[in-house]
Amino acid sequence: MIALAYSTVGVLSFENESSFAPSYGLAMTRALILLRRRLVGSVFVLLIVVIGSFLLLEAAPGDAVDAYIVSTGGDAGMIELLRHRWGLDQSELTRLANYLWALLHLDLGHSVTFSRPIRDVILERLPTTLILMGSATALSFGLGSALGIYAGAAPGSFRDRFLSVGSLALYAVPGFCLGLVLIVVFAVDLRWLPIGGIETIASAKTGLERAADIATHLVLPVSALGVIYLALYLRMMRAGMAEAWRQDFVLAARARGLPRRRIVLAHVARNALLPLVTMLGLQSAQMLGGSVVIESVFAVPGLGRLAQEAVAGRDTPLLLGIILVSAVLVIVINLLVDLAYAFLDPRVGASEAGA
Amino acid sequence: MNRLHRFFRTPEAIAGALILALLVAMALAASLLFPGDPQAIAGPALLPPFQDWSLPLGTDRLGRDVLAELFHGARTSLAVGLAAAAAALLIGTVVGTLAGFAGGLIDEVLMRITDAFQTVPGFLLALAFVSIVGPSLGVVVVAIALSAWTGPARVARAEVLSIRERDYVAGARVIGMHPIAIAFREVLPNALPPVLALSSVIVAAAILTEAALSFLGLGDPNRVTWGGMIAEGRTVLRTAPYLSIVPGIALVLTVLGVYLAGEGVVESSAVRRSLS
Repeated sequence: MIALAYSTVGVLSFENESSFAPSYGLAMTRALILLRRRLVGSVFVLLIVVIGSFLLLEAAPGDAVDAYIVSTGGDAGMIELLRHRWGLDQSELTRLANYLWALLHLDLGHSVTFSRPIRDVILERLPTTLILMGSATALSFGLGSALGIYAGAAPGSFRDRFLSVGSLALYAVPGFCLGLVLIVVFAVDLRWLPIGGIETIASAKTGLERAADIATHLVLPVSALGVIYLALYLRMMRAGMAEAWRQDFVLAARARGLPRRRIVLAHVARNALLPLVTMLGLQSAQMLGGSVVIESVFAVPGLGRLAQEAVAGRDTPLLLGIILVSAVLVIVINLLVDLAYAFLDPRVGASEAGA
Repeated sequence: MNRLHRFFRTPEAIAGALILALLVAMALAASLLFPGDPQAIAGPALLPPFQDWSLPLGTDRLGRDVLAELFHGARTSLAVGLAAAAAALLIGTVVGTLAGFAGGLIDEVLMRITDAFQTVPGFLLALAFVSIVGPSLGVVVVAIALSAWTGPARVARAEVLSIRERDYVAGARVIGMHPIAIAFREVLPNALPPVLALSSVIVAAAILTEAALSFLGLGDPNRVTWGGMIAEGRTVLRTAPYLSIVPGIALVLTVLGVYLAGEGVVESSAVRRSLS
């Protein structure tokens, strides 16, 4: 009944061809209305995340002054002075206000492990993770939905059963296990691909050559991250298609004598595709979590690896900065997905737009 | 009996049940077959598998018995997976029931908190929690539960929203039952089945999260974990890949067993529903 926990999103069936090509302006209005509503909600959610991370920061043993003193040294008088200057001797509420005020100025604090502002460290690592996640998402979404269509074209057949169980087996593989297997096979035994890192160190490559170098370094981590989540899209696609086959419009399409290929692609698969788009947004948080492990297996210097370095260096402010940035990232991705959805599905936001 | 019959109809469900039975047997037999500390040195270091029959799976970098570690690791995986999933289901059901039954502002606040937890990548949250509070079995369980309760909460809320309009809830109101009592005695038990249907996915995710945490060195240092074994073996990946492969296979089989058995349960109840 439930393919994987998240596929409870129902199959949307819309066969009214005329409503499928709404005027561009109307789609724009709907998208804007949706965007405004979501933005208001997102601010509250972000505020809760910030307060939560502040509480975690408070719960951590030691404070910023302790961390600073450990790295620089200093006496009790200096500790008192710093506490006072940084506002750490004030009440919890004042500190929360200070924290919020600093965040409003995009100031995430100072990283002790890197001796640099946290914002700079994170901004330096973010692009790598975005490339990794984007490629992995493209791989899992593209290949997953393609295989899902292949399986869902004939529900209950051998290839459907085989792909369903096979993808489940793949989904059961922990990311770091798959990563290690890929390293042993493709980097150690076959020596086809580099074992880790993001580019060849001190190779002085530029332009296209450098891009190609980074691409070869990303093949294994992207595969490890993408292949696991492939199962999710595959199973959702085939579950949605199995449902869509039972709908009347499929019968009507058959009665019209449409070729089977066209029924599968233009009618059944098309209807099962929309929930997958929603999944893209929901999945982004999980994939960010998964990239922590993958990046540390492949030594990719991204946000995930930074999180692990923060843990190793007991750098709690840095860790919480990463969490905040990830939360913002997830919110932005979900907003984009919602917008895409509003363009794809004419019913979203239609009631408010007065259509 | 009938239900069991239906469960064992598909080969997938049988395979899942067999794997889980084996796993439980391993966890229970761990201290019988391998009494004493599994982290104690048992023989020469890096002994390959199938060489010495007193150490069938060989030894690791420090000369510890891999088979003993595997058995004790099964215990940790299973304990953490079940405890974390139970905690997540409990938190999720309570939050979802409160939100759905109370409605209004309470609902709004609780659901925004749920949103916030879903916005933060679960694994990062677990990582931060364990690294701040300190790695021990209990903390790992709480950390995983913190990152997994949102799904059950949403499902429970949706279910409660439809149940609270039923006649027997109105009846309970009329006889003057306290709203809290209605929510937890009348509504919650009836909202449970769809929430419990999530349990296999949550147990599997909990086992995977625990493994990933131990792999990154954030597991309980006093317990053998499969993730920790893989991390150990990683340092000698070129010369002794079996040290990572053996616990890796155990992990994959365990998670697969949980998934398959879960699908079997859902399918057997789905058949029952469509028959009635």
